[in-house]
Amino acid sequence: MTGKLALIVKREYLAKVRNRSFIVMTILSPLLIVGMIVLIAYLTKINDNETRVVTVLNDSDFFHQQFQPSQGLSFVNVDNISLEEAKDSTIALGYYGLLHLPKGNDVEYVAREAYLYTKDNPNTNITQVLEGIFQKQLRQNRLGQLGISPEQFSEVEKPFEINLATFEGERSVRGINEIKAFIGGAFGYAIMMFIIIYGGFVMRSVIEEKTSRIIEVIISSVKPFQLMLGKIIGTSLAGITQFAIWIISASTLLFLVLLFLDIDLGAVAAQTSMAPGMGSNMAQISAPMSKEMMLYTKEIINIPWLLLIASFLVYFILGYLIYSSIYAAIGAAVDNETDTQQFIFPIILPLMLAIYVGFFSVFSNPHGPIAVGFSLFPLTSPIVMLMRLPGGIGEGAVPLWQLLLSVALLIVTFWGIVSLAAKIYRVGILMYGKRPSYKELFKWLKY
Amino acid sequence: MDDILVAENVSKTYGNHTALSNISLKIPRNCIYGLLGPNGAGKTSFIRIINQITYQDQGKIWFNGEPLAPKHISLIGYLPEERGLYKSMKVGEQALYLAQLKGLSKSEAKKRLKYWFDRLEIGDWWNKKIQELSKGMAQKIQFIVTVLHQPKLLIFDEPFSGFDPINANIIKDEILKLKEQGTSIIFSTHRMESVEELCEYIALIHKSEKILDGRLSDIKKAYKKNIFNVGLQTNGDGDALLNSLRAKFNILSSQFDPLESQLNFQVQLPSERTAEVLAELSNRANIHHFEETIPSANDIFIQTVKNKDHDR
Repeated sequence: MTGKLALIVKREYLAKVRNRSFIVMTILSPLLIVGMIVLIAYLTKINDNETRVVTVLNDSDFFHQQFQPSQGLSFVNVDNISLEEAKDSTIALGYYGLLHLPKGNDVEYVAREAYLYTKDNPNTNITQVLEGIFQKQLRQNRLGQLGISPEQFSEVEKPFEINLATFEGERSVRGINEIKAFIGGAFGYAIMMFIIIYGGFVMRSVIEEKTSRIIEVIISSVKPFQLMLGKIIGTSLAGITQFAIWIISASTLLFLVLLFLDIDLGAVAAQTSMAPGMGSNMAQISAPMSKEMMLYTKEIINIPWLLLIASFLVYFILGYLIYSSIYAAIGAAVDNETDTQQFIFPIILPLMLAIYVGFFSVFSNPHGPIAVGFSLFPLTSPIVMLMRLPGGIGEGAVPLWQLLLSVALLIVTFWGIVSLAAKIYRVGILMYGKRPSYKELFKWLKY
Repeated sequence: MDDILVAENVSKTYGNHTALSNISLKIPRNCIYGLLGPNGAGKTSFIRIINQITYQDQGKIWFNGEPLAPKHISLIGYLPEERGLYKSMKVGEQALYLAQLKGLSKSEAKKRLKYWFDRLEIGDWWNKKIQELSKGMAQKIQFIVTVLHQPKLLIFDEPFSGFDPINANIIKDEILKLKEQGTSIIFSTHRMESVEELCEYIALIHKSEKILDGRLSDIKKAYKKNIFNVGLQTNGDGDALLNSLRAKFNILSSQFDPLESQLNFQVQLPSERTAEVLAELSNRANIHHFEETIPSANDIFIQTVKNKDHDR
């Protein structure tokens, strides 16, 4: 019996791996991904390199030293010409804009009457930089009137951060929960992608066997369940091969590209951080990174990696088997791929839900009721529990009973869904020419 | 132990639909057994149960004297009606895979495949992909794969559909050879005419029920009505001869062929009196032909169905 299963697994694996589009995707995807990263980095760089020039016509007694070139912005001072002449020459020189400060010895008046002339609506970054300069000068002026020196003021303005510690007295660091959830989320995301890509493969492979009419020949030799299992295993091995090739080649390629092109990956990360809230969190984190680097490194090393990877494997295998058997059942129920739409959406829904709930709820409150609920619910637990797990197990983290209950529920669900799917599969593969409704599928369960 | 397969009161329902009700059959060893009936009668359902693709709700099946079990799968070869092959796989590779699924070792499968490929003159197809082959060519591969593991029982579901006449004949000869070698064969079809020359035994299935089974010659004997086709050479006056015969025999229909001056007629005779009648006839005229009308399987089927419906 196992011999036959091995045969099926081998055939499915080879059929997938030798498939031309599979080979093309395996080679092309890392190139595309690295190419995209390089492109984004390149575009970011171009964006940074563009410097806008603003001419400054300063008729006032103030602000003669303040307009210093900063990133993306430089200033050209013009003197002794009228406003109209200054406008004309700015346009003639192709500069971005003209800043005019009127004659006056009151800084408040000068600031109030200052104008920035541009061709179109000005870039927000530039107005912010200019406003900052004015603001600073005005503040100093106002403070001076109140008799406070700049030194005293900067003392007042000193930012405050509350000290953080755990009850045991260890120093804790801000943002680490998000980093941890992000690491767990990456594992969960990998599971989701794997399910969607290779679950679809399983489904198409079943449909192919149906449409080519070989199915009855095969199941007169092996049990339908063996065929389904062999198909799922073979396809996932092909998927793991592809994933491994992708990860190795993409990271090698990326490393080489970074080495040769000297691209700042941090800038890319900042530009591409997709998760809402992540960008700002990462930014907050990166600031104290230098001084608290040690603490972060320590925290990340302290993540229970062994537990995380072991759980990843368990959740990956069970989650993938559950979902891909549903995919197999769908493939068996229909005659062609266009009929699958109505069934696929309900499958993807819990996966999407898991990812979104993960990003919105688990990140901020990894052990709150929503996070706990979704990490127990079997269709979302493979993703959500992995987001919670980097915090470890025990007090203040994931209680052991929750992990065990979650895995137990997953195993029960696995058993239930796989046997239901196998029933639908067994009946469906021999049904032709019908586009089944949910009602019909329910009937098949009783055959 | 004379029967390779025995079914006892086998029933199967799908939801509200009854596929088989109380089917009992005995399929003798080393013969060709025709499973006949119109589309949707339940033939394929029965065959799928034998192949353990589905299971009966009620009833028992014995294979080779033992209750049907998964281990028997390797002793059965099945060519389904809905048959196909993996389109993108190579012919040889695919045949090897299917043979190995039936339990053959790779080397043994290779050896036997080579024999069959040479025999059906398709040796140069080994490295072709299925999608390059015509439908008839693919059917030959399917046939080989079905018989390759030398099963004790072969089941062919509509084996000739998709074959051109020449290839159909090749396959028919192969089936007969397999029978000679001792294989028992179930032959399922709705085309009754293909049955006569192949099957020794038949079972008729109609609306999920078995309505008739047995040795084909016995069935025909039971269904014949002692009707004979007779041709008499006359000296020109057919009508006179016919009238004189009418007085003595139950003539069902008649026709005179003036060109050959031959009188052809159908007559129903009382049983066991053929010799007497022949003597009588030969006194009156030269007998051109005298043969009993044997009902075709198709006639028998139609008649049985009619009787069955009439009984209800």
